[in-house]
Amino acid sequence: MSVDQNTVRHIARLARIAVRDDELEALANELNGILSWVEQLGEVDTDGVEPMTGAVEMVMKWREDKVTTGNLQKEVTANAPGGDDGFFVVPKVVE
Amino acid sequence: MSDPIKLSLAEARDALKAKKISAVELTQAYVDEVEAGAGLNAYVLPTAEHALNMAKASDAKLARGEGGALEGLPLGVKDLFCTEGVRTTACSHILVGFVPPYESHVTSNLWRDGAVMLGKLNNDEFAMGSSNETSYYGSVINPWRRAGDTTPLVPGGSSGGSSAAVAARMCLAATATDTGGSIRQPAAFTGTVGIKPTYGRCSRWGIVAFASSLDQAGPITRDVRDAAIMLGSMAGYDPQDATSVDRPVPDYELALGQSLKGLSVGIPKEYRVDGMSSEIDALWDKGIEWLKAAGAVIKEVSLPHTKYALPTYYIVAPAECSSNLARYDGVRYGLRVEGSDITDMYEKTRAEGFGDEVRRRVLMGTYVLSAGYYDAYYLKAQKVRSLIAHDFIKAFADVDVLLTPTAPSAAFGIGENSDDPLAMYLNDVFTVTVNLAGLPGISVPAGLSSQGLPLGLQLIGRTFDEETLFKAAYAIEEAAGVQPAPAAWWKA
Repeated sequence: MSVDQNTVRHIARLARIAVRDDELEALANELNGILSWVEQLGEVDTDGVEPMTGAVEMVMKWREDKVTTGNLQKEVTANAPGGDDGFFVVPKVVE
Repeated sequence: MSDPIKLSLAEARDALKAKKISAVELTQAYVDEVEAGAGLNAYVLPTAEHALNMAKASDAKLARGEGGALEGLPLGVKDLFCTEGVRTTACSHILVGFVPPYESHVTSNLWRDGAVMLGKLNNDEFAMGSSNETSYYGSVINPWRRAGDTTPLVPGGSSGGSSAAVAARMCLAATATDTGGSIRQPAAFTGTVGIKPTYGRCSRWGIVAFASSLDQAGPITRDVRDAAIMLGSMAGYDPQDATSVDRPVPDYELALGQSLKGLSVGIPKEYRVDGMSSEIDALWDKGIEWLKAAGAVIKEVSLPHTKYALPTYYIVAPAECSSNLARYDGVRYGLRVEGSDITDMYEKTRAEGFGDEVRRRVLMGTYVLSAGYYDAYYLKAQKVRSLIAHDFIKAFADVDVLLTPTAPSAAFGIGENSDDPLAMYLNDVFTVTVNLAGLPGISVPAGLSSQGLPLGLQLIGRTFDEETLFKAAYAIEEAAGVQPAPAAWWKA
């Protein structure tokens, strides 16, 4: 499998990163270099192997269903660029 | 005291308790060192005033005969740890000006125990790199140079500010994080000790996330005893991190000096990789001899899936990073570049805010998680990860600890490997397996290369058996003898 420039444009869109047209070729080459290297995993027989989804086997702990924090509007919005009066601000979304 | 910066963390702790020096004197000495070493670019934000205020409070406690395990000891903090009221950026442009309203669990443990913060340390952007060259704040310069050569070398990465600052005596010890080798490889490149504990030993709460199933915090220190003291403070259960493990933190210092008689040490044959320098090979053999002389039994073991660890990592880590870094949207914190609509704003903000390596990994991760490729790449990698972890379980049925080199080479020059991402990724060939399996690993200095650069050996242990690592690392340290500090050319 290899990626072409259109695929790079598509994944950059999915990742919400603007990529200039003149960057597409170099990015496609870089990604293909990495992808052809990871292809070697195809040699490994993984039939019947369970995927590993966590680093250490553990049983999730239960906690009491209780509110332990809150009322932090000022702290939560303090770093927002373009924030206003305790709100997050985004460009107009609904016409 | 004539030269307080020569004291190790343990020695400084004892000198403070014995009132041979005050916390303010000790801290002032380090504040001066941080200033004198500014050219190494190890600190991205020195916090001298904050440090001296903390030291004053420590002196008051010490005068009352109180104080915690780290009372009055000046430390550096990797810029990946959120520090309340002190700018934290993960050395990325996208977190420009971010001042966390909360403290990471690991650093709050350090302050609870009385430690003093000297400032925030440089790292690869979002901890993605093996040379500290991807930082938005520029490269860190290794305090070590090749003999008779002034070429600037990398301090390793991603915790390059931490390793350089500890090696250059610009702090007593530093916090660091390790996702694929980011504590151990920089420790090896700078003649320092670095331990990545078992996944879950330190809380990840308040540490800027890169790849959540691999990230772990740990210390970089001058010697093994200091690492044992630091980890004892940093580790511990935290209900705010669902993967934090609730078990007591042992007194790691007690493991130091224990006999190695009967300890079974495995030598994984697959780690003798093609193209490894004869110097690294010889270092490894020397380590084997040292452990043997200390009473350990050496056995060859096999970890057959070793060669698949790096490709597995370069699917799993980018996948998790693309998901974690989705939060940088120009709305809630950090950089914002205005656009014609909300999507345009997101895209412009992230294009401007992420550096090349971070963008590469986000795109790679987005691709392997996208519809049609998920099974072929991501699911496949998770299955191979199971096999890699299983290799270790099998090996540890037979041996107590594994001995390997930490990195395939000594520190290289700035710019030497930065054009080829794959060549850079190979730096982690001996360390990345440990993160995939969730195991603890420590790098300990074991001598100098023919060019006069530090080299490290790595010990890998069973889950939550950091004590055996400290015990064996201490024996290597003893056998290797006193290691020189780098010549302080940066002060000239």
